[in-house]
Amino acid sequence: MSPRLWPLAATLSIFLIAYAVCVWQFPNMWSTRVLGNFLTDNAFLGIVAVGMTFVILSGGIDLSVGSVIAFTGVLLAILITRYNVHPLIAFTLALALAAAFGALMGAMIHYMNVPSFIVTLAGMFLARGAASVLTRDSIPINHEFYSTVTSLSYRLPGGGRLSVIGLIMVAVFVVGTILAHRTRFGSYVFALGGNATSANLLGVPAARTTILIYALSSFLAGLSGIVFSLYTSAGYPLAAVGVELDTIAAVVIGGTLLSGGSGFIIGTFVGVMIQGLIQTYIVFDGTLSSWWTKIVIGGLLFVFIVLQRLLVYASKRRWRKTPAIQIGNMPEVA
Amino acid sequence: MNVLKHILLGSVVICGFASATLAQDKMTVGFSQVGSESGWRAAETAVTRQEAEKRGVDLKFADAQQKQENQIKAIRGFIAQGVDAILLAPVVATGWNDVLAEAKDAEIPVVLLDRGIDAPEDLYLAAVASDQVKEGAVAGKWLVDNVGSKACNVVELEGTVGSSPAINRKKGFDDTVGATSNIKVIASQTGDFTRSKGKEVMESFIKAHNGGKDICALYAHNDDMAVGAIQAIKDAGLKPGTDILVVSIDGVPDIFQAIANGEANATVELTPNMAGPAFDALEAYKKDKTVAQKSIVTESKLFTASDDPKGQYEARKGLGY
Repeated sequence: MSPRLWPLAATLSIFLIAYAVCVWQFPNMWSTRVLGNFLTDNAFLGIVAVGMTFVILSGGIDLSVGSVIAFTGVLLAILITRYNVHPLIAFTLALALAAAFGALMGAMIHYMNVPSFIVTLAGMFLARGAASVLTRDSIPINHEFYSTVTSLSYRLPGGGRLSVIGLIMVAVFVVGTILAHRTRFGSYVFALGGNATSANLLGVPAARTTILIYALSSFLAGLSGIVFSLYTSAGYPLAAVGVELDTIAAVVIGGTLLSGGSGFIIGTFVGVMIQGLIQTYIVFDGTLSSWWTKIVIGGLLFVFIVLQRLLVYASKRRWRKTPAIQIGNMPEVA
Repeated sequence: MNVLKHILLGSVVICGFASATLAQDKMTVGFSQVGSESGWRAAETAVTRQEAEKRGVDLKFADAQQKQENQIKAIRGFIAQGVDAILLAPVVATGWNDVLAEAKDAEIPVVLLDRGIDAPEDLYLAAVASDQVKEGAVAGKWLVDNVGSKACNVVELEGTVGSSPAINRKKGFDDTVGATSNIKVIASQTGDFTRSKGKEVMESFIKAHNGGKDICALYAHNDDMAVGAIQAIKDAGLKPGTDILVVSIDGVPDIFQAIANGEANATVELTPNMAGPAFDALEAYKKDKTVAQKSIVTESKLFTASDDPKGQYEARKGLGY
């Protein structure tokens, strides 16, 4: 097995073993209900994590996504509830606004050569602040369209439900996988994250790619905001606080190298599911403090950071043996 | 991978048998709590656990850390687990329709604790909450009964401006004492529900009214402000509880200590035991499939020096207030 696949294999094994242990302790966790809930309850996290995977693959970070989710939710609630705008028009507006916001951040990162950490930190404050200025309270959304979409679901045998928002997340992961691993844009992203200088020499359009990456991340954060507003039927400026950090954790646990250049979209999916699994386990147990979610995620992150270092050493040794490498497939070319 | 699959399937089969043979008479209840942002909230959690243990209910507890998405996840988890009932202390009023409809589909009754929601009434079995107007009225009635016919000037420490407990507790008290001719509220200001503000505002009340000699009683919207005010009264050289009567609301441990020391006179309890009435309703529902009332109001009980304040203090101090 290529060392590139180690983190993915490790994540998948951890998930399967952990799930098996959970099922052994609580047989009810092996049900279509729980599987359906995994998709529905983690839909907003999964969607935004796909965008974050692209950002991290390119060697950057996007701290603004949680705030963009909240802002989108508040914007939708105000447009739909106060101004009677049809939800589909409101969605289009919100997505366009989010994508433009991301493109702006991408442009600043590239042209002004500012670390993505700083630019997106500013974006995070800006979006959260704007959402809080629009309203301080939770605004309910009582539109027919919302109740129709949220009541639509495919009933699985055993009482589980495949909800619309769960299916949206799955679709985003499928499209994200194709985009990352099967298109020219995807290979540019990997190249930027692998080594920006050699990517430039190879003719990767760094400016366009960077702008597109952050536009995509914010666009998906906007989509995640739509899903979140469907999930809670409300817009709340303090929603999704800290989601950016959960998202980064999901991406790293999913086997994407934090320094960029190597990873899989599907790994992020497993990373999201691991977080969902821990939360479900805590609910099923019913005596553990919910803060154990954070403790376990923290522990897993440490394990994966160590694993990534080992992987970098292993691939460097390999590189010396086989100099013919492909840009984009190497975890890190130092 | 194959080995894993076998382990997984094997465990499902074994556990399936194991759970099938277990007795089903013990009720399993999931409790989705907002968080632990205040002492009262912590006490509510502690009392819910005690009540569950007393009744032999298997309680599954989920702390949402102030996030609605965590509460929705927890409720879905409870439904998947197949609990017999769910208790929900909602963090916000909106956005509960879908998940409660799912619980209803799964025939799991939901009881709301201490806060209401904007959802059709048929989505939950009952709602347990306190009556804040009544709390103010009970405090007012104590004063009316104790002052008799002599004239009495009252100063009032209000809660946070615009908050519903501040508005309702004021209304209940004012309506009750307003019906008499001898009791008059001569000053009323916010103390923000905090101890330090309560002390500060009481100091200014004392200064403004002849060194406190014109004040006959203090009414505080919560115990914390009363405890602060007691300090201010002592600093002014007066005897709280004797020179100035002190009545407040909540029933936190410190006020019972003050009552035991004779420095406060009465408190109206905001019971942290919302789960008790909820379990009663669930047990009744389990037996005959109906509930007596949709909206259950908890008792606003008055405690004075004759209600064993020392014992009350001992019983409450470990609850996390």
